Amino acid sequence: MLNRKFIPLTITCCLFFLLFGIGSVQFEGFGSTQVFFNLFSDNAFLIIAAVGMTFVILSGGIDLSVGAVIALTGVVCSVLISRYQLHPLIVFPIVLIGGTIFGAIMGAIIHYYKMQPFIVTLAGMFFARGLASVISEESIPIEHEFYNQVSAFGFEVLGGAWIGSSTIICLVVLVIAIITAHYTRFGGRVYAIGGDANSAALMGIPLAQTTIRIYAISAFLASLAGIVYSFYTFSGYSLAAVGVELDAIAAVVIGGTLLTGGYGYMFGTLMGVLIMGVVQTYISFDGTLSSWWTKIVIGLLLFCFIALQQLLIKTTPR
Amino acid sequence: MSLSSNQHLRRYLWPCAGLLVLFIINAIISPEFFHIEFKDGRFYGSLIDVLNRAAPVALLAIGMALVIATAGVDLSVGSIMAIAGAVSAYFITKGVDSLALIIGAGLVAGLIAGIINGFLVGYMSIQPIVATLILMVAGRGIAQLINEGQIVTFDHPGFAFLGTGSFLGLPFPVVLVIITFAIVQLLTRRTALGLYIEAVGANPSASRYIGLNEKAIKMSVYCVAAVCAALAGMIAAADIRGSDANNAGLWLELDAILAVVIGGASLMGGRFSILLAIIGALIIQTLTVTIILSGIPPKYNLLIKATAIILVLLLQSPLFQKQLSQLKFWKNKKEMNNA
Repeated sequence: MLNRKFIPLTITCCLFFLLFGIGSVQFEGFGSTQVFFNLFSDNAFLIIAAVGMTFVILSGGIDLSVGAVIALTGVVCSVLISRYQLHPLIVFPIVLIGGTIFGAIMGAIIHYYKMQPFIVTLAGMFFARGLASVISEESIPIEHEFYNQVSAFGFEVLGGAWIGSSTIICLVVLVIAIITAHYTRFGGRVYAIGGDANSAALMGIPLAQTTIRIYAISAFLASLAGIVYSFYTFSGYSLAAVGVELDAIAAVVIGGTLLTGGYGYMFGTLMGVLIMGVVQTYISFDGTLSSWWTKIVIGLLLFCFIALQQLLIKTTPR
Repeated sequence: MSLSSNQHLRRYLWPCAGLLVLFIINAIISPEFFHIEFKDGRFYGSLIDVLNRAAPVALLAIGMALVIATAGVDLSVGSIMAIAGAVSAYFITKGVDSLALIIGAGLVAGLIAGIINGFLVGYMSIQPIVATLILMVAGRGIAQLINEGQIVTFDHPGFAFLGTGSFLGLPFPVVLVIITFAIVQLLTRRTALGLYIEAVGANPSASRYIGLNEKAIKMSVYCVAAVCAALAGMIAAADIRGSDANNAGLWLELDAILAVVIGGASLMGGRFSILLAIIGALIIQTLTVTIILSGIPPKYNLLIKATAIILVLLLQSPLFQKQLSQLKFWKNKKEMNNA
């Protein structure tokens, strides 16, 4: 019999292949490696942001500032590159470090002042978006040779599918995240805090350090997602990526991670993003369904997975 | 007894002082701020404008205060606003003329949404943030579905009165806030319901043991929040004489939560004051007006708001208060040494 702890993940994987299968049967050209790899390249920034969100949710917290950090990163990048003529390779470390510090501050406030992550990251979201719109309210185009090279970089795999730079970045992030979450001491601490913060503290886990790191990682990955996002748009805009935090949370939940923390898998998050991507692809292939059906279907999926989680918790023998 | 009434006063002190400070700043920047004129049977002036603009958030904050008192949160109120606006616009464009039917339909739509939220939180014990996230995401989709992706405009003088009319000289949205406040205040403070709500928020298992129907109480607060949101959504739709599913009530759930928090409520639940939540909504709106009056470009709006929120939150934190008093202590010590 299948191990209970893999049930949500298995259902997520089956659902993905089911949806992909339905699309392939129904539409010509759906079931190709091209469409499959496009799911990665179209959603690379979301996968990166959702991986950061998974760490936060595993620890029992939540990070609502992700979308705003993506927008802020884009705006800062475009200003530094287009107005101050800095090379992107100098700009990227600056924004990544800036993002990490931003996250660390939020983590510190959450831990030391014992505030709810929800309200602190909400303030962080307002702050980051506010800062982005103060820097520039208009969309700033990024024109740099390096950006053209990065977006042109990639290679073809079988079936004519294209693996671009954003796909490579998101897969590297995913692999590192899986190793960190499941095979390092830090990963174990994240799960322990999510399971029960009090017992974790009694076991001698450094709560302050771990909490600050978790939010720093989430904001770092959000900044990285912002950089990847700017590879698509070639611009920075303070109103970009509105609501990405909710997509990321939805992806984590659909991926089978418990929102109360302490249980879940990085790989599930990837499947969560891919499921949402398949739904979108299906709707665009169909053509007669309007785009707002995406929101309704994702809402329904969210409901089903949360109900499933409750069911599993209730039937777990204690 | 004197201590408790003292504490009661202290709760009102900070939010009221904050609002007063903002009023004074506004009056200094723009002397006409307190000027109110009576023209064509209604009052005009910046202050009335603040009240009028704050009305939708104040309505949301009334419901949100109850939800937060049960240690919950309702993220879906913005989407419920969009749904209610879309439903009433649908009925008007389909030729329904009866105002009661149009408003009733919007309120029923809100009530259904509230029942869904209440069911998920109360009966399925799903975390409130997540349970209401579902409707927040799907709700806007549903509103767009009702509107068929368009911005539906309508012309119905009776319905438009909700947003632009006036009653006893006051803008009608303000009157609606006062009526809603009176009803909810009576229900919660003249019956035991308010006590039950606070009990559920303070200690859910203890309240279950003393025989409170925790689930039904949670259900009822989410329903109240959703109906308030539906009312706010219809005001917003009546104001622009149209239903815009994408933008109606967008991010207002956050403003409503902030209003309640600025009003001094703890997100951990256990106590609430509807009056303070409304004052919180007024503070947010007055701050926006202050920013406009002081000539700071509106793009600084969010940044200033965020800084204000962080400050309010820090001031509420016991550790920060301790650190502040320590700072004073060190300062005093230094002065004593110098002397």
